[in-house]
Amino acid sequence: MKHLKPTNSETNNSPRPPLKINSRAQLRQLQRVMTGALFRPLTSQWGMQKHWIDGAPMKAIASEFIKPNDRLSSFERLEIYNRQYWFRVLDCLYDDYPGLRAVVGERRFLKLVTAYLTKYPSDSYTLRDLGNRLEQFLREEPHWSFPREELALDMVRFEWAQVVAFDGPANPPVTPDDILDTPPSKLQLGLQPYLTLLDLDFAVDDFLIAVKKRESDVLRGEASNAMNGAPKSAVAQKRVRYPKREKVNLAVHRHDNMLYYKRLEQEAFAILTSLSRGTTVEEACVEAVTASKRTNVDWSGQIKAWFDAWSALGWFCRRS
Amino acid sequence: MPANAYNGFTEYGIGIGLRVPHYRHILAKKPVVDWFEIISENFMVDGGRPLEVLDTILEQYRVVQHGVAIYFGSADKFDREHLKRLKRLVKYTNTPWLSDHLCWGSVDGRYTHDLLPMPYTFAVARHTAEKIKAARDYLEVPICVENVSSYAEYNASEMTEWEFLSEVVELADCGILLDVNNIYVSSQNHNFDPYDYLNNVPHHRVGQIHIAGHSKFEKYTLDTHDHPVLDPVWKMYAHAVKLVGNTATLLEWDDRIPSFEEVHHEALKANQFRDKQLAKTPS
Repeated sequence: MKHLKPTNSETNNSPRPPLKINSRAQLRQLQRVMTGALFRPLTSQWGMQKHWIDGAPMKAIASEFIKPNDRLSSFERLEIYNRQYWFRVLDCLYDDYPGLRAVVGERRFLKLVTAYLTKYPSDSYTLRDLGNRLEQFLREEPHWSFPREELALDMVRFEWAQVVAFDGPANPPVTPDDILDTPPSKLQLGLQPYLTLLDLDFAVDDFLIAVKKRESDVLRGEASNAMNGAPKSAVAQKRVRYPKREKVNLAVHRHDNMLYYKRLEQEAFAILTSLSRGTTVEEACVEAVTASKRTNVDWSGQIKAWFDAWSALGWFCRRS
Repeated sequence: MPANAYNGFTEYGIGIGLRVPHYRHILAKKPVVDWFEIISENFMVDGGRPLEVLDTILEQYRVVQHGVAIYFGSADKFDREHLKRLKRLVKYTNTPWLSDHLCWGSVDGRYTHDLLPMPYTFAVARHTAEKIKAARDYLEVPICVENVSSYAEYNASEMTEWEFLSEVVELADCGILLDVNNIYVSSQNHNFDPYDYLNNVPHHRVGQIHIAGHSKFEKYTLDTHDHPVLDPVWKMYAHAVKLVGNTATLLEWDDRIPSFEEVHHEALKANQFRDKQLAKTPS
């Protein structure tokens, strides 16, 4: 085995552990090496990689800063943490993104999210935010979702919107008193920060419902003796049909702290989108109706019904 | 009567961790529980269901906050947004004390979401104690630091884990959340006598005790929190009570979580060990 001389120097590409830790700088150096080791993807056998970033044997690197014991080498002890890290973050994304998983397939999903977390390790104290750059990653590296790049993007936007809707902030809804004296030509309304408007090319809402139903059917099959006679593998392997391309406008929101997604007509979606950009109520409505291809619509009645429904759902708040 | 200067909450008794699979049962049945420990980070959110549940729990129960991501031992400065949110929650729950781990888990703003062991050196103890003091001053709440279970030790360490823990809490003048299961797990992985650990920490600083289950593998023991407390840990718990007096105790069960009743029943076993031990102790 190549002998590696421990060093206190480091480079960005190949940090090395410090010999002693007598300062915060040395502590940081140790922590960089340790996280560097943890963040490196596992091998196909779920083990730690045999070589360090610069090609040096990982056994030698590990022994520079981790003590062995009578049962485990330095490498094996570090490997426990390397595995724990990946099992934890992969589990988290596996549970939080069942739709993306169904779009790209189970095996590909694990490769995709491993590549994602290698490029973008968590930058938040909470695992809730682990997928906050998945959309960006899929735009930058579309080959991970080939040949369903657009469907994957729609799905990941939809699944992230659900994270936001679940525990995102809420502002006090507007009251009639707030808007009583403001004419529609001057009235601006804010939308709740937990509400996300999605302009989609696929019906990912229906697809996700079908995926979750299939997963719960599989779970029920595994949990129940009544299913013993049924071919479990056939249930498990049956894939939900991919959605066809269709224009869908969706609002992902919560009501009474329950998560909902609501399809919107094109004009309704246009009004809400305009409002979110700061357009006045009057202008938003005029723009939407003018751009509409629909005829024979009682627009004043229709718009009143939409605003009544959105107000009842608490979607409007004062603009910050 | 408080058992010691850092343990003003002796009467808290035996608590359990508030976990999602039990929400429905707790909200519907309102079982009698001495107190709930919440994971701070799960409620440092802006709205929605988590805060609705917390509101209801706070109406009925005493709640103590336990954190998993403050990372006193990280070389990084505190994440200010994290501390701000934590302080908001501290004021919201009115937690009588706050605990988090003597560990690190992030560097350069990148998070491992793990509780990684510290190198046990005097310089690191000073750095960690400074961060604990700064957090306590900002959060305005007593802090107890918890010993973690570990699977690796560093060559650079200059002392034992219990010496390091003692050094840190003395320098920071803070309390200890003594996790007896973590001591046991680490003792198995690092070949030390867990009673040396128990006997040599500053007992007057122990403000809370954790108990939990672990899993033994061929070459190491893992802190899995996925089944009942094992006998060696109960024995250590009894010994800990003898040393530190009657102390708020909490059962952690975080994976393969059974029914609420089963978890609560397991937690209440602590009463037997505590009462037996305290009966032997002259008042």
